[in-house]
Amino acid sequence: MSATAPSSEPLVQVEGLHTYYGKSHILHGVTLEVGRGEVVGLIGRNGVGKSTTLKTIMGLVNARQGEIRLEGSSITHEAPHRLARRGIGYVPEDRRIFRLLTVMENLRTGFDREGVTESRKKMLLDKVFAYFPVLAERRDQAGGTLSGGEQQMLAIARAMMLEPKIILLDEPTEGLMPRMVSQIHQIIDALHKEGVAILLVEQNVPLTLEASQRIYIMEKGMVRHHCATSEITVNDPLIKQYLGV
Amino acid sequence: MNTIISFIQNIPLDLLLIQTVNGIVTGMILALVASGLTLIFGIMDVVNFAHGELFMLGAYVGVVVFALTGNFWIALILATMIVAILGAAMQILTLRPLIGRDPLTTILATFGISLILQNYVLWQFGPVARKISEPITTHFNLFYLEYPWYRLVIAGLSAALIGLFWVFLKQSKFGVWIRATTQDRVMAQAMGIPVPWVYTGVFAIGAALAAASGVLFAPMAGVTHTMGLDWVLKAFIVVVVGGMGSLGGSIAAAIFISLLEAYAAIWVSPAQAVIVSFIVLILTLLFRPTGLFVPTPK
Amino acid sequence: MTTAPLDKPIAPTKPRLSHNAVFWIGFCVVMALLIVAPLVLPVFWRRFLTEVLIWGLLAMSSDLLIGYTGMVSFGHSAFFGLGMYGAAAALLLVSPPNLWLAIGLGLAGAAGAALFVAYFSTRLRDIYFAITTLIFSQIFYVIIFTWTPVTGGENGLIFSKPRLTIPFLYDGRFTNETMHWFVLAIVAASYLILRRVTRSPFGMVLQSIRENEARTRAIGYPVERYKIVAVMLSGLFAGLAGVLYAIQNEFAAPDFVYFITSGDTVIFNVMGGIGTLVGPIVGAGFFQLIRELLSRLFGDQFPYLIPLGVIFIVMIIFLPQGLLGFARRWLNR
Repeated sequence: MSATAPSSEPLVQVEGLHTYYGKSHILHGVTLEVGRGEVVGLIGRNGVGKSTTLKTIMGLVNARQGEIRLEGSSITHEAPHRLARRGIGYVPEDRRIFRLLTVMENLRTGFDREGVTESRKKMLLDKVFAYFPVLAERRDQAGGTLSGGEQQMLAIARAMMLEPKIILLDEPTEGLMPRMVSQIHQIIDALHKEGVAILLVEQNVPLTLEASQRIYIMEKGMVRHHCATSEITVNDPLIKQYLGV
Repeated sequence: MNTIISFIQNIPLDLLLIQTVNGIVTGMILALVASGLTLIFGIMDVVNFAHGELFMLGAYVGVVVFALTGNFWIALILATMIVAILGAAMQILTLRPLIGRDPLTTILATFGISLILQNYVLWQFGPVARKISEPITTHFNLFYLEYPWYRLVIAGLSAALIGLFWVFLKQSKFGVWIRATTQDRVMAQAMGIPVPWVYTGVFAIGAALAAASGVLFAPMAGVTHTMGLDWVLKAFIVVVVGGMGSLGGSIAAAIFISLLEAYAAIWVSPAQAVIVSFIVLILTLLFRPTGLFVPTPK
Repeated sequence: MTTAPLDKPIAPTKPRLSHNAVFWIGFCVVMALLIVAPLVLPVFWRRFLTEVLIWGLLAMSSDLLIGYTGMVSFGHSAFFGLGMYGAAAALLLVSPPNLWLAIGLGLAGAAGAALFVAYFSTRLRDIYFAITTLIFSQIFYVIIFTWTPVTGGENGLIFSKPRLTIPFLYDGRFTNETMHWFVLAIVAASYLILRRVTRSPFGMVLQSIRENEARTRAIGYPVERYKIVAVMLSGLFAGLAGVLYAIQNEFAAPDFVYFITSGDTVIFNVMGGIGTLVGPIVGAGFFQLIRELLSRLFGDQFPYLIPLGVIFIVMIIFLPQGLLGFARRWLNR
């Protein structure tokens, strides 16, 4: 099974990543890469280390071994706030928006950076409100008062404010109604069209296969299989093997 | 009940009102000191034992600048800025290495700093009290007293500083950063907020508030190396009574306690009036340990 | 015909000293040195050593809370001070002054303070506890400082040493040597008692509280009660130190009730190594030694607390296990 190589130098490369939580060895040498503007899916059963992989890339968890590269330069032990500024957006599972800040203030944490002019801020806001009109309605409401789906949108919108090169999306559809799931799908497509790369961790296999160009399948802290999504369907025995229900 | 009423009626009204004004003035300064303490605790989970010394240091820097320039307001501004920078240095050198460790280590570290600062000042300036003269020396007639305008100015300025700080917290970019960091340190970092520097900035602001209080308070009493101790103790009581981490609570508690002490000073000596704050603390711990001015959590 | 018994090891094991044996040997050596000390040291160092022992006892009592139960207390100045004033009361009110009454009254005073502090403080966790103990010790300070008719206020109380009377064994005035030996005996006994306590099931529960209070409570231990007992014990030994200080120096002063004493105690603990019982005594000695050294090198007016403060902070950051912890690691190499 060959994976179609990304057409240019990969945006993010992860090699031989080993991560521990205390004494627990969670990642046993994860290797993957995401090309510029690519949507890459990362699937696997619960607890195989998908979220941990994202957290390690984002610097929220320390990698004990291995390397992470962004556009060729090593970022393995870089501080998270510097990575955010270098263009990595992170949308965690359970969203984690700032509940006591308003929607506007949540977005502000993203676009209030140096080098962003007032007009660019306005443009970013307009764009995000176009994607998520409900956020425009609720812009002065506290984040904690939003519904689950709205919080998810806010979490993604907030990351978009960073104008990232890649967004690490952790289980965006978890706990959402089917209608919202398809909305998430549309957002991923739209972001892809804009050239933003996405590393998508998901339990929802059909969605992942439709939205991504390539996928990695993880099991027990390692990547077991990777291929283009054109080469694999939901009914593939591999899917049953690694995500087996 | 009747004895209480007649007791209260026997207190001369003008004395009561004078003490009310005194209580509010001290209360506002105390509120300013306590705000810095609450800020640092609420956001960084650091109990700053050196806070009183920052207050004291502000006063001494004020003394020095005042001696050089003769201008109180320049002394106020410069002292605040210098101590803010010193506070930032303190945080970077001694508190940053301790992030993630047992919170008790920060208590110990700041205690160590307070010892160093106190003794340094004693060494350099000696035990004799220094003075800054009041910038405004006019008085007005409050009943039978000639009450200095300056005291009202202090109260007003303290309130203004607190108000300014509140606005800063709510509106400015750094204020949003602070509030985001307080709520979710990890996600704040993921949003590009340089959390280590937020902490340094918060500590510097807390130090600035303490230093400003020190300079404002200096003309009212002498400037000595021990002036920080009394204030920090009272500030801690205020913070606990007001609800740790609650800015509004601290301010309310500061005024409340200062008023009670001012009234108590009608009958007992000021040294003994201090017991009032202790009693309030004990009652708070017994009945409303989360803070008198904070809604009880369910 | 003899067959080797089946339950004996086949190869003889190398004879090694048990941990306990090592301890007792070390203890006896140290005790021997300390007993001989007043006979060979000049007067100044004799008193110095005695005082270090007393501060060491105070620091040890504090270690029970900080090192074993995980509760940092800034209130030990209250226990120490009340022990001091309690002894003073006994020595001033009862004639002829009786040593054991002084000890008894001092302990009673300290116990009272400890009970008061314990009741409130054990309802609070960590930082709140530390601050509250601080404030309470200040309450005691203010009371002692302002209640002049009873406590002598600012000036404190002066009295003279009682006779050293041990029923059936000895009766005589205190000399420098006997004072030292008396203090040594009490401090050593206290150490052994505290050591016994920390190794007992009770002590194990305390340490479990330090490790994870919620879990200890979940298992079913009445954590509050354990904490109260810990505070009481700690307070008693701190009060004992106060009694000894009063007897040795023949005065009681409010300065010792000021929270700086508590602060110094915590410094001794951290410098020596918390959770070791012996560490705090070493810490106390180290602190006083450096202080003496600095004052000899640079004169009396030198603010010795500045370099000591710096050492203290540096130790917190880089040597959190204290001197003893450092020595242990170094010895284990």
